[in-house]
Amino acid sequence: MTIALPAASAPAPRRQIVVATALASASAFMIIMGMVAMWLKFRAGAPTRSSSDGLKVIKDWMPAGITIPEVAANVMLITFPVGALMAQWAVYSAKRHDAPHRSLALAISFVMGLAIVNAQIAVYSQMNIGLADGKFQTMFYSITGTMLLLVVGAMVFSLVAFFRSVGGRDNDQDVVNAHAFYWYFLTAAFAVVWFVVYVQK
Amino acid sequence: MTIIDNHVGAATHAQGNGSAFVVSVGQWITSTDHKKIGRLFIGASLFSAVLVAVLGVLFGLERVSPAHMQIFHGDATPQLFSLYQFGLVFAVLAPLFVGIAIAVVPLQIGSRTITFPRVAQFGFWAWLFGSLMVDISLIGNGGPGGGATDLVDLYLLGVALAAVGILAASLSIATSILTSRSSGLTLDQLSAFSWSALTGSIATLLSLPVMIGTIVYVYVDHTNAKLLFGGNKGISTYLGWSLSQPMTFVFVVMALGVLAEVAPVTAKIKQPMRPVVLTGIALISTAVLGAATQSAHLIDWAGTNGDKVKSILLHSIFNGVPLLGVLVVVLTSLLCLKMGTPRVTGAFVLAFLGAIMILVGVAGNMIYTVKATSLEGTVFSEGIVLYLVYGGLLSALGALSHWAPALWGRVIHDTKVIGLALIGLLGTVLAAFPLYIAGFSKQPADTVVGFDYKGPMALWNILSTLGHGLFIITVIGFVALLIDAIRQGTPVSQEVPA
Repeated sequence: MTIALPAASAPAPRRQIVVATALASASAFMIIMGMVAMWLKFRAGAPTRSSSDGLKVIKDWMPAGITIPEVAANVMLITFPVGALMAQWAVYSAKRHDAPHRSLALAISFVMGLAIVNAQIAVYSQMNIGLADGKFQTMFYSITGTMLLLVVGAMVFSLVAFFRSVGGRDNDQDVVNAHAFYWYFLTAAFAVVWFVVYVQK
Repeated sequence: MTIIDNHVGAATHAQGNGSAFVVSVGQWITSTDHKKIGRLFIGASLFSAVLVAVLGVLFGLERVSPAHMQIFHGDATPQLFSLYQFGLVFAVLAPLFVGIAIAVVPLQIGSRTITFPRVAQFGFWAWLFGSLMVDISLIGNGGPGGGATDLVDLYLLGVALAAVGILAASLSIATSILTSRSSGLTLDQLSAFSWSALTGSIATLLSLPVMIGTIVYVYVDHTNAKLLFGGNKGISTYLGWSLSQPMTFVFVVMALGVLAEVAPVTAKIKQPMRPVVLTGIALISTAVLGAATQSAHLIDWAGTNGDKVKSILLHSIFNGVPLLGVLVVVLTSLLCLKMGTPRVTGAFVLAFLGAIMILVGVAGNMIYTVKATSLEGTVFSEGIVLYLVYGGLLSALGALSHWAPALWGRVIHDTKVIGLALIGLLGTVLAAFPLYIAGFSKQPADTVVGFDYKGPMALWNILSTLGHGLFIITVIGFVALLIDAIRQGTPVSQEVPA
């Protein structure tokens, strides 16, 4: 009689969700970078005009009557790293199997996402421009709208991770890590958008 | 208590053939089996290949004598040209290799399935419905330059959806290779095809999103202001790069992986220069640089010496490096044959001839991007795309022939495959090379009017038409061989390693 050992169990997949999130984030980063590049190209091709004080010649890209609400834009810039920090806190708590803090951190990440959406809506409302009013307006809504969609994606991610956490998934380290990675990516992407669209205009 | 959950297919099988058929269709539609998802991609791409080649035949006939043929009228010509270009790249080349990778890669890396099979499945359906949306919009005069505004919007959404589908499938492939390899299988030990699937997928993941970002701008502008991107007329200007070089290079990376995989098997030796081969494949993937920056970088022999050096340097990086990669893979495969004891198989002939065609296409792009040749706007570019797509198709057929035992449990008749490979070679050369010559005679691209097609020009277009016809025969013939092998071929008695 031949006695054979049972087949070894299949190796556990290695950090699938983290790797997939990293690849998806890289793709999303390329969307934003491609849009920023187009923005810069159109701005570079814009004609020039005298500034309102008449002292210098500037690119006639953003129409003269438009003012970007810098407070709301800067609040967004600050909120993104706070969201990422909360996501990292969730990772820290998950490593220590500290379920309450993990859930709290994920919930705050979600609220940070909500705060960003709120700030973005405030920007739209204070600027009071129409989508079809001009070249700048169309591009502004396109790029900030895409960024907003990515933030909504982060909120969904936070919510899913939160419910998994309160549902008792203690071995959910991979999802929490991936969630933090996505928030870091968003922070980096928004930093670029903030500088090009809100600061350089 | 033990609960035995009966398999839904088995339960309904007894109810008659009708319901069994419905269950079978349902299982195909919702399947998370990587082989089934891969086969769906492959089947739909091969079907598209035949349709696109038929369009090629019709355009060839129209160009032979536009005054007499008049197959297309008015607005139909630019719309169908858009369909032809979209079909070649996004309905044939890209999904075909994605499908092969989804079917084969898990077998090569020792994984039970592709990672995130539902993402891969979503990728297939998104690509299919996106492609159908593009087809419908173009048929209804809604593509680039089309007059039906709503259908132009549908076209843009369709292209974006098809791209999202390809991206989702690529994400699944890359994640599988990075995370689900069997224990001890390191990245440098990957088979050449899996390596090409990894580099090709990552290159796709980094380049296609740029197109999606552009589509967002164009779509928002088109549906609202129509100020920035020239409305429907500007679509080709801003999205045309995604259907030409170097974007197409990204999609042929896996074709070279097929040759690198099949050559050592044919020569019955281990690839002696394996690191060099893997480097060669990675070099082709550097086409992502040109694709993501939407630039072809021409050699412009004007300006100062510094300008000339800069021009040559950028041209070499963006166009020369992918060519070097293709050359490395082809030469190392030949070296492999020289060192081994080769028994030439149908799979090898297809993969090798496909790679040679791709080489001619990439080399053609080097000539096209020299500004002094003044080839911009001529059919030379169509010739390049045809070399790449038809060459890629030949390689893909080689891959299917090579992995048929693993995917269908049957062996395809080698002699017949070699015969088809030779017809395919002739078809590719006839379809593409006359367009190279016609390009030097300034035959314009993307149109059939505004040019004197008499004399030798008629001959080049007749030959090109004939080439498309031969290629249709090749694809249909191969599919017939495959079906015949599945139905009556020699079954493979044991599990075949991929």
